[in-house]
Amino acid sequence: MADKVLMKGNEAIAEAAIHAGCRHYFGYPITPQTEVAAYMAKVMPKIGGTFLQAESEIAAINMVYGVASCGLRVMTSSSSPGISLKGEGLSYLAGSDLPALVVNVQRGGPGLGGIQPSQSDYFQATRGGGHGDYHMIVLAPSSVQEMAELTVKGFELADKYRMTAMILADGTMGQMMEPVSLDFELEPVPEKPWATTGTKMAREHNIVNSLYLKPDELEKGNFDRYERYKIVEANETRYEEYLTNDADIVIAAFGIAARVSRNAVNEARRLGIKVGMIRPITLWPFPKAPFEKAAEHAKAFISVELSMGQMIEDVELATKCRVPVSLCNRAGGMIPSPAQVLDCIKKIANGGNN
Amino acid sequence: MVVFDKPHALLDVPLHYCPGCTHGIIHRLVAEAIDELGIEGKTIGVAPVGCSVMAYDYFACDMIEAAHGRAPAVATGVKRADPENHIVFTYQGDGDLASIGMAETVHAAARNENITVIFINNAIYGMTGGQMAPTSLPGQVTQTSPYGRDPKLCGYPIKVCEMLSELEGPEYLERVTVNNVKNVRNAKRAILKAFKNQIEGKGFSLIEVLSSCPTNWGMTPSNALKWIDEKMIPYYPLGVYKDRSAEKEVNK
Ligand SMILES: Cc1ncc(C[n+]2csc(CCOP(=O)(O)OP(=O)(O)O)c2C)c(N)n1
Repeated sequence: MADKVLMKGNEAIAEAAIHAGCRHYFGYPITPQTEVAAYMAKVMPKIGGTFLQAESEIAAINMVYGVASCGLRVMTSSSSPGISLKGEGLSYLAGSDLPALVVNVQRGGPGLGGIQPSQSDYFQATRGGGHGDYHMIVLAPSSVQEMAELTVKGFELADKYRMTAMILADGTMGQMMEPVSLDFELEPVPEKPWATTGTKMAREHNIVNSLYLKPDELEKGNFDRYERYKIVEANETRYEEYLTNDADIVIAAFGIAARVSRNAVNEARRLGIKVGMIRPITLWPFPKAPFEKAAEHAKAFISVELSMGQMIEDVELATKCRVPVSLCNRAGGMIPSPAQVLDCIKKIANGGNN
Repeated sequence: MVVFDKPHALLDVPLHYCPGCTHGIIHRLVAEAIDELGIEGKTIGVAPVGCSVMAYDYFACDMIEAAHGRAPAVATGVKRADPENHIVFTYQGDGDLASIGMAETVHAAARNENITVIFINNAIYGMTGGQMAPTSLPGQVTQTSPYGRDPKLCGYPIKVCEMLSELEGPEYLERVTVNNVKNVRNAKRAILKAFKNQIEGKGFSLIEVLSSCPTNWGMTPSNALKWIDEKMIPYYPLGVYKDRSAEKEVNK
């Protein structure tokens, strides 16, 4: 029997990272992800690991780049404004095909914004965050248990595909407390013959680099990377479906929005409205298949988001706009209530638009 | 008989540097130090963004190419990945180290990060075609200071060794140059010491090398070397700015 402990979402991320063999953490203070760093600061020195408070998010992500170059599991965590600063590093990690885990416990924006929960970094995360053609594997937990599980999964996927995995959480997920079990099996860590750990005078030098001055070589790097991304799309797409089989109305929601929406779905079902929900767990790759399937019978989709409507574009793309998709949202740190989502459902059920 | 040979730590490939540029000499000094200390197999170098961006193709040890100015942060990660077995150096220009990467430089020094920093001060942005650097001299004409650097408009050059010497953190700071044989020998001694310090676990060592850029200074190679003597050294005096272990010896 797995032992369960009561933990905050942010702490679960930290503990799961350690469980996954991560011994290097670099960060810079920002609300609402503070507990990740605090946990690492306490635990890392006791297990021979490294916790380092960097001078900025830019420095932190580049320290991550250094450790990742050496083939070790490494992570950083931040919140929205800090992730913007990491954008440069995220692009370099992608350009150099380095595995790393980056956590974004989102808060409202733009600018300094606020410190309340948000999902308004969806575009930034799913489109890459920095310059150039690339993706990160973006994982969206909606429970403290998933904060832990997806952290471990994130390290494994990052290593497997030589990509950055991002945990896209929000302030609520970070702060909420739930029982967690960390009793899961780890996949073996793949060999990393490309790592810069010193030649030991036994091989040619390894180079970690994203510079290709010859455009045909750079193009080839991009083509190769996107071939790899196709494999990720085929094998690693994750989602949860809830009551979608007979649904007339299908909600799309992730993270905290999915928890709220689930209550609204239950209430609507009680009122006799056939509504279901698709909860993407990977935001990139986006789970297109369940949306395509649902579009065959659903009359409408509702994207429930803590933003001005970002994932809605992926829902429209996945359903090829065959069925109307409306937005049910709050922004700036506000969270939609189950009652608001129920209202959105009722309006659509009554033939209206949101 | 002395046979003149390429150091083992420098690969036998043509360098892309302009005629009269001193990057090549400094590469050689770094490689000689690596050879003499027998550390090539455990050394990881971090190249900057700047003229020496392709240093990863020249050094025989493992190499990483960092984002502009971030080499000290990357080096921090590499060192912390395996402090016992990794010897880590960065090789950075003045725009990289003293402008966009100043925070990373200062904080790596403040932490006394156990790395070796080779800092190439050529008073200009070489790679992008000769713009004003944080180290360009007052009055110096560059592409972005076409009437000469006016301190009233863009401030004064940053003296990196002097500035860092005020910090408690760093172990060793020295400014050298490579514009004649005597100075090259002296630079070699300093670079060797900067690596030895790391092997001995003493911490952050930075060697600032006053370097030439005939192409972007608009000078012949020999005039560029003279310009170092006449203009740069008076503004950037050579010498040791901090040597904590030596200070401790004296204070015993
Ligand atoms: C973020 C970013 N900004 C600007 C550049 C463009 N850039 C490339 S090299 C360089 C100047 C480097 O000058 P310096 O560090 O003095 O080295 P040098 O070329 O003189 O050796 C700049 C600004 C870049 N690559 N990345």
